[in-house]
Amino acid sequence: MIKTVDLYKSFGELQVLKGINEHIAPQEVVSIIGPSGGGKSTFLRCLNMLETPDSGQIFFEGVDITSEKVDIDLHRQKMGMVFQHFNVFPHLSVLENVTLAPTVVKKIAKNEAAEQAMELLNRVGLAEKANESATSLSGGQKQRLAIVRALAMEPDVMLFDEPTSALDPEMVGEVLEVIKDLVKGGMTSVIVTHEMGFAKEVSDRVVFMDGGIIAEEGTPDEVFNNPQNPRTKDFLSKVLY
Amino acid sequence: MIENIIMLIKQYWHVFLLEGLRYTLILSAIAVFFGVLFGAFIAFGRMSDIRPFKKINKNKKKKGFIHWLANFNPVSWLCSVYTEVIRGTPLLLQLYLFVFGLPKVIPIEADYFFWVSLALACNSAAYVSELFRSGIQAVDKGQSEAARSLGMNKSQTMLKVIMPQAIKNILPAIGNEFIAIVKETSMASTFFVGELMTSYLKVNGVEYLALEILIIVGAIYLALTFTLSKIVLAYERRLNSK
Ligand SMILES: Nc1ncnc2c1ncn2[C@@H]1O[C@H](COP(=O)(O)OP(=O)(O)OP(=O)(O)O)[C@@H](O)[C@H]1O
Ligand SMILES: [Mg+2]
Repeated sequence: MIKTVDLYKSFGELQVLKGINEHIAPQEVVSIIGPSGGGKSTFLRCLNMLETPDSGQIFFEGVDITSEKVDIDLHRQKMGMVFQHFNVFPHLSVLENVTLAPTVVKKIAKNEAAEQAMELLNRVGLAEKANESATSLSGGQKQRLAIVRALAMEPDVMLFDEPTSALDPEMVGEVLEVIKDLVKGGMTSVIVTHEMGFAKEVSDRVVFMDGGIIAEEGTPDEVFNNPQNPRTKDFLSKVLY
Repeated sequence: MIENIIMLIKQYWHVFLLEGLRYTLILSAIAVFFGVLFGAFIAFGRMSDIRPFKKINKNKKKKGFIHWLANFNPVSWLCSVYTEVIRGTPLLLQLYLFVFGLPKVIPIEADYFFWVSLALACNSAAYVSELFRSGIQAVDKGQSEAARSLGMNKSQTMLKVIMPQAIKNILPAIGNEFIAIVKETSMASTFFVGELMTSYLKVNGVEYLALEILIIVGAIYLALTFTLSKIVLAYERRLNSK
């Protein structure tokens, strides 16, 4: 579904991605773990071209989206993204947060979009909040709203960048539940996370990124229980104990 | 002195209010209205992404002349030159330029009032464009990233996500710009266009009571700017309480 070929990216003198080759299959759930500054977010943001790679290709459903001839907006509709800091739209109500993109981008009628949005909000327990301002929500509620907002575009893949890192501990669970449900439903997902237990539980594959390269990858069992790379071992020993 | 002031108000109130105050308000309104209009264009010009030579940087160099040229945005460059020139030269010079200089190259029949209004509007545009720019840049970058990640294009993002948030920063700032303009219109009296400061010149030409007349005119300015700043403040409060 997504394939990257030899992805390189620098910010000024700082080389952040040093040749990433990755293939995410349909319905696959891939977790990306690794130390801070290792390039996880940058890689994820390249996948929907929020960052433009310096070289290399990204194929999404067979199309090279790094090409300048491609209408990236069209492809982004099929890739939902969830951010660490939620980025809900504060000037809109909860419902409008969800209906904005479907009505503006897909030109779906307002009432139809609202109906679909209510269904989604219901699924994450936010239906009663529909007409409240998005700013009135708690962190966990904001993140659930952000997930639903992305789902309203009916994406083929979901990209999560540390969706629970900015949450108070008591709200982490409610958001992880929503992601788990989504993943169980077969949603192709790439999840950057520091929640090792969660990564172990939901992932088909775990990718360990360090220093701009994929240092190790494998099934959760392989990576967590039997890491080969000393850097993986070192990282896991720090975060697990 | 008090008697003189009362006498002046009795005898010349229509000059101060119906002429002076009225023209000050009209001039300020014209200047801010077109200033906002031009200013918005300049702001969007500065923030535009027009790079006619984008294609020449085939091997994506990150340094040197080719890199510079590929990223060169002539529209943005012109807009920022305009802003710098306006902000870096005195308003009085700009007024002279518009009143005495421009009519020599732009052959239209127009009175001083027209050229003075135009000068004030062009001056205000430079400042307003900066208000737009900083108001827009103050909106969290995550907002536009969220919108773009949903498939919204640049203009949809600007219109539906960024501007509705930026306007809350911009409107009070434009209110303050209006207050600044009210005071700056006094320079237009150099060309006797009828605003408050001109009414001082007129009345003083007959009565020779500079101090008293200046007190009256100053009080009118003060009442005006005081009222306006209270309105801006009330509006800001209402925004913040929401
Ligand atoms: N827009 C940017 N401009 C300059 N440097 C950047 C930018 N974005 C990221 N970087 C730098 O690139 C490096 C990799 O950043 P990245 O966010 O991809 O790491 P990460 O693995 O997601 O780390 P974390 O776990 O802290 O989120 C960091 O050193 C960061 O400071
Ligand atoms: Mg990150």
